[in-house]
Amino acid sequence: MRNFLNKKVQAIEPSGIRRFFSMASEMKDVISLGVGEPDFDTPWHVRDEAIYTIQKGRTFYTANAGLLELRQAIAENIMRLQGVAYDPAKEVLVTIGGSEAIDLVFRAVIEPEDEVIYTQPSYVSYLPCVQLAGGVPVAIDLKEENNFRLTREELEAAITDKTKVLVLSFPNNPTGAVMTKADLEAIVDLIIEKDLLVVSDEIYDRLTYNDDEEHVSIISFPGMRERTIYINGFSKAYAMTGWRLGYCAGPAQIIEQMTKIHQFTIMAAPTMSQYAGLEALKSGEQDVEEMRESYNQRRRFLLSELERLGIPCFEPLGAFYIFPNISQFGMTSEEFATRLIMEKRVAVVPGTAFGKSGEGFVRISYAYSINELKAAIERIEQFIEELKQEK
Amino acid sequence: MDIREKILKLIEHDSRLTHKEIATLLGLEEALISQTIKELEEEKIICGYHTLVNWDKTDDNMVSAIIELRVNPQRGQGFDRIAEKIYHFPEVKSMYLTSGGFDFLIELHKAPIREIADFVSSRLSIIEEVQSTTTHVILKKYKEYDTLFIKKENNRRMVVTP
Repeated sequence: MRNFLNKKVQAIEPSGIRRFFSMASEMKDVISLGVGEPDFDTPWHVRDEAIYTIQKGRTFYTANAGLLELRQAIAENIMRLQGVAYDPAKEVLVTIGGSEAIDLVFRAVIEPEDEVIYTQPSYVSYLPCVQLAGGVPVAIDLKEENNFRLTREELEAAITDKTKVLVLSFPNNPTGAVMTKADLEAIVDLIIEKDLLVVSDEIYDRLTYNDDEEHVSIISFPGMRERTIYINGFSKAYAMTGWRLGYCAGPAQIIEQMTKIHQFTIMAAPTMSQYAGLEALKSGEQDVEEMRESYNQRRRFLLSELERLGIPCFEPLGAFYIFPNISQFGMTSEEFATRLIMEKRVAVVPGTAFGKSGEGFVRISYAYSINELKAAIERIEQFIEELKQEK
Repeated sequence: MDIREKILKLIEHDSRLTHKEIATLLGLEEALISQTIKELEEEKIICGYHTLVNWDKTDDNMVSAIIELRVNPQRGQGFDRIAEKIYHFPEVKSMYLTSGGFDFLIELHKAPIREIADFVSSRLSIIEEVQSTTTHVILKKYKEYDTLFIKKENNRRMVVTP
């Protein structure tokens, strides 16, 4: 028999998280700090709206780009948060999670050998999606001393004649880093000068903890709206991961091509999820605020506990992750995380699952209750004491 | 939200948090937390620290009841005076003056059904201003103080996700 498989697909590395997942899910008594989704239930009024949608028999396809009402609500939300206007009819597309939008935009814009710059450590999808679209991924290794923010110098050094796209993903998974207005300001003119398209994944935009500044999107800078695909979704802000509902907004000519691919592959996002999303946007603001406050308390708790344990960690100001530096223990991230789960039954994700520049770090999620975090910290403390005695 | 409100919201659901822990969670100084809590206690904004017990899970034959009371307030004797005649009974767990079809709503502590009947007939009904009582025996408690008393499905999140 022939080898039926596509070589490009075969060459793609499976997610580094998968190995950990198999290890952790076979064990009992594991306290997991490894999850990339909220621990809150979807707010009840949102769930109730979806149930009502089903009862009313609204179970048909929606328009390919999504319910117009939902696209209008999305455009209003972007206007409210970032002061940038999008035409709901032509410039907004509702997708199956933010992750579909990531795939669509690369497929819509990449020609063979186009280079796509993205920052590492990063969410696991950018690299394989660029590869599948036939592009060349170019990673910039972000540095702890810069609080894992992208600097102008780093960006400048990575740009070549072939660079077409820059992926920005802030607030960031796995580091929790944010790019402030000033940080973005420093790179905007370079992006325009080099005529790049920005793919800005802002799925964690509502979860920031910077007292001085709310999340600022790159689309709010002059000249950026027309060269940015803004990606967002409902999963993180409204605790709606399983609903698989995201969206993107951008210039009409790009959204039109993305919608074409979406139409032939997906048809439309699930109707019940779309109605639920509409309800979330209409009356979910207080839910967002309460969850954000709760994450912030956990963030402060973990930071103070890590400090107490003598594990250095830059202060993350977004998402729900902490990315402590564990290099003092003389182990790779993988070894550290493996021993922690084998010996103490605490699951964290090695930084290298998010790219090689994650070496020396582990990702700790705080999408857990304070009591769960307390129990996990107790075990981590024991683990570290034992490590110190080994020395 | 001001500091007082933030502290109250936290300890309303977990009164066992230490001042140090509250300080960490809110990003404030421990001394400020202690001082604020002291003030809140003195002002009787914090009225007590109790434990939420699901008595239905203990093995007893007692029931709790909610009673709607209609009363005739007398000249010179507002609702507060009548309420006083009622809330001092140790049987009364909580008491409210309400708008609507009746005046007072009271919840009794759990007791054998006989004792509840006695309390209503020989303590409440005989009060001069009490016009009528409607007693509801509580069959099942689903939720109290933001806490579900029925078993919630286990969290089905996977252990590790990107």
